Parts: sequence; structure tokens; C-alpha cells
Amino acid sequence: MHDVGLAEELAQDALVAALEQWPESGIPNKPGAWLMGTAKHRAIDLLRRRKRLELKYEEMGHELLGVEHEISGREFEAVIDDDVEDDLLRLIFTACHPVLSTEARVALTLRLLGGLTTDEIARAFLVSEPAIAQRIVRAKRALHEAHVPFEVPAGAELAGRLSSVLEVIYLIFNEGYAATAGDDWLRPALCEDALRLGRILAELTPREPEVHGLVALMEVQASRTRARVSREGDPVLLLDQDRGRWDQLLIRRGLAALERAEQLGGGLGPYALQAAIAACHARARTAAETDWNRIASLYDALAHLAPSPVVELNRAVAHGMAFGPGARLELVDPLTSEPALANYQYLPSVRGDLLVKLARFDEARVEFERAAALTRNARQRELLLERAAQCCLSSTRLT
Amino acid sequence: MRFMILIKASNESEAGVLPSEQLLTEMGQFNEELVKAGVMLAGEGLQPSSKGARVKFAGTKRTVVDGPFAETKELIAGYWLWQVKSMDEAIEWVKRIPNPTGETGEVEIRQVFEADDFGANFTPEARKREERLRSQVMTKS
Repeated sequence: MHDVGLAEELAQDALVAALEQWPESGIPNKPGAWLMGTAKHRAIDLLRRRKRLELKYEEMGHELLGVEHEISGREFEAVIDDDVEDDLLRLIFTACHPVLSTEARVALTLRLLGGLTTDEIARAFLVSEPAIAQRIVRAKRALHEAHVPFEVPAGAELAGRLSSVLEVIYLIFNEGYAATAGDDWLRPALCEDALRLGRILAELTPREPEVHGLVALMEVQASRTRARVSREGDPVLLLDQDRGRWDQLLIRRGLAALERAEQLGGGLGPYALQAAIAACHARARTAAETDWNRIASLYDALAHLAPSPVVELNRAVAHGMAFGPGARLELVDPLTSEPALANYQYLPSVRGDLLVKLARFDEARVEFERAAALTRNARQRELLLERAAQCCLSSTRLT
Repeated sequence: MRFMILIKASNESEAGVLPSEQLLTEMGQFNEELVKAGVMLAGEGLQPSSKGARVKFAGTKRTVVDGPFAETKELIAGYWLWQVKSMDEAIEWVKRIPNPTGETGEVEIRQVFEADDFGANFTPEARKREERLRSQVMTKS
């Protein structure tokens, strides 16, 4: 028991002291240094020092006792690892507790688990630093007031809580991947943070297929980072991307994660389905080789499992690619009266695309302009207005 | 950010001496730790340079030189690709690479270029600077 006791003491000392105070003083201020592994390493150093000290005492005449208490560093590391893993998981579930608003969950997760400063979070989300600091303070207070226990949920509660965690990680990823506001097309650091959190979570909860599904989705999407922006800084759409610039390492990792999700059985969840769709693109060496039939059926499954107007729109696009532009228009047009899509820039841009293919340039121009007015991203807006301008040219050429 | 961790060759690795069971076990544990921390992206050990070759370039000429190569300490015996927050973190992890035999050796840490290092993803300031330069050139010509 000697070793476990010491390891626990050390864990509290050097690693997660702040966390252990949670029941009394609320969530610690210390960001998740364990992500860097340094806290753990410091603890092991401390441990080795103590061990050396112990050995010195032993040399002073307690040899026999010393042999009995000889503890391998590996044993200590294993004990410390377990402690860190438990705490890490508890912290993830607490920071992503549904009692908090989505924004609060994201800020708290980045602060406590991503190790970002409030200033970094503020810059990433184009919010003032005091606002982020206040958001974090309020979130901690809300957790305290709601008496949220610092624990990993079990049983029936787990599924719902896990989906809240996955939502937060994916939100962070998306915020980095396709900035919803501002001039930065990409914010790679947020993508990296989200990916790393996902990879860590996948090791902590290896039996959860949707965790692997989310990791697969993020890996495959991140593999396109280099191809998504042209040299001039303009966004490049998936089918126009130079596939030679896709990161094959991330694609391999994504496909492996997807395989893990599939092997766990029980049918694919929404993240794994989206990953499977992304994997179809990743496997195609050229855009023409894309297996649109499979993508269309995966979108059918996704629409069934997690119906949303956005999924419907993508489903329409996939069906159009698989079965021709006629099918696509038929699926897209009813969506124009969908209130949830009233401000969704991709709907007019999809319609615009389609109308260009049908040589209905004047209508297409109106759609692109509408899409441009809806987007909050300056680069996207430029691109859409350019397409609108091209429609004018094409239209004049026709007449 | 990503770092490539280059393990330099030793006389043993160049002689094709296989790692001891102890080293394999400790490396396995270390790799597991890297995976759990979300650090490990990839990694492989390399065969001795006697099984390698070099292709020398001179203008349009190509000369193939078969291994082994003499400068053992400059050769690479293995690599990792890691995803970490900083160079500091990379150093912290490298210090922990197991070395059960107490051998002397060297491990090199190199940062990998990211998409935005190539200017494909201009910051707004860089873009403005570029535009200003362009307009200056235009006025001159």
C-alpha cells in the first residue's frame, strides 16, 4: 500500500491538487497542464527524488526495509497515469456539462483542457478578453450553483453527456476549420486543439464508437487543410481541390479511426456517418472517382438518424451527383421554403451552382449575391461575389 | 504544431543489432504514453544504412551510391512525427525517451512546415502589405 499511498499523495501534490479541491472551491484556475504531460513528468521527478532520499535513509541502516519497499518507477507511473486519466475524463465531462451554454462549454474546455489563455480564446472567437474571462467565471459559478458533481457520468446519463462533449470538441474544430466570422479563413491552432482533445478522449473511452467517429471525421477534414485555400488565399471547394495536397497521414489516421468505430458494432452514429462520407472523398484519387452512390446512401442514413435541413441540402447535392442534376434540383427546391435555411448561405450557393449548370445565369447571379449577403466570412463573400460577376459575363455572352 | 523527432544512428544500430527486449518494452510503453497524450502521429525505426542507398544529383546527372555510409552520427535510425503545443513540450517529451542501456546518443527535433507557413493563408496584415507593394510597383511602371 506504501507505493499507492505515495503516488496518490504525489498526484495530489504536483498534478491535480487544484482538481482535488474541486468540491470545496469549484473548478481550478489552473489550465490543463497535463495535456503537455509536464505535470506528470514533474511528479515523477519528485517521486524519483523522494526515492533517492528514501534510499539514503535505507543506506543509513534500514537496508532490509529498503528492499521490501523497493518500488519501480514504472509502477508509480502506472498509478499516476490512472489518476491523471480519471481526473482528465472527469474534467472533460464537467467542462462540457449541459447545464452550461454552448459558448461557456467551449470557453471552459479551451481554458481548462486546451491550456489556452483567455486572451487566446478571445482572439480565436473575436470577442473581447474581459468578455471571455467573465464567461469562464460565470460558467464555473453556474457549475458550482448547480452542484454538478466532479465525476464521469455512468449508465443512462453517459450517452447524453458524451454527446455534449463531442459537440464541444467538434465546435472547436469547426471554429478553427471554417471561421464563421472575420478575415481568417483558417485558424489551425483551434483545429489542432480539438483534434488532440479528440485523440485523447478516444484513448480514455476506447469503447465509444462515436468518439472514434468524431476523431475520424476531424482527421479526414484536417487532411484537406493545405488544399482548401489557394495561393491567393481564396477558398477552394472540395471537388476543385488539388488532392496531391491532401495530407495522406491524416487520411490514414482518419480511416483507421473510422474502422475502430465500425468494429465496435451497433451501427454508425451521426459522427461516424459523416466520417464515412468524408472517407469516400478521401479514398477517391480524383473527384471523378468519387463514389457518389455510397455518399448518397450515407446521407440517407444520416438524414434518418439526425435529420436537419442542412443534412437534407447535402443529401440533395449527393443525390444530384449520383443520379444527375434533375434529381438534385427536385430535392433542393423544396428546401427554399424551409425557415431553418432562410439564413443558410450554402442553400443559395448550391442553387446558384445548379442554375449555372443549366445556363440560367441571371437566376444564378441572384442566388450568389444572396449567399454573399448571408456569409460572415470576408473571403467567402469575395468568392461568391466573383461568381455572381461571372454570371453577368456569361449572361451577356449568351445574348 | 508538428515536430519530427529524428533518432540518430549508433554503432549498434548501424551494425544491425536489434533492440533489446527491455528497450522494446520501454519504447512500447513510451509510445503508448504518446498516444494517450494525443502526441503521436507516426513513427518508424529504420534499417541500417547498409540496406540503404543514396542518389547524388549534379545538374542532370544522377549517381547511385549504395550503403553503408560512414558518418554514423549523422545517419538516422528512426523517427517520430508528433503533434504538440510548443517546442518546449517536444523537448519535454524527448527527454523522456527511454534509454535503458545508458548509451550516449542524440535526438534531433525539427519543426514541420504547416499550411500557413507558405503564405497560402495570408494574414490580413500580410495581405495588405502585399497589396501595397503591388500598387507601388504598378505606379512605378
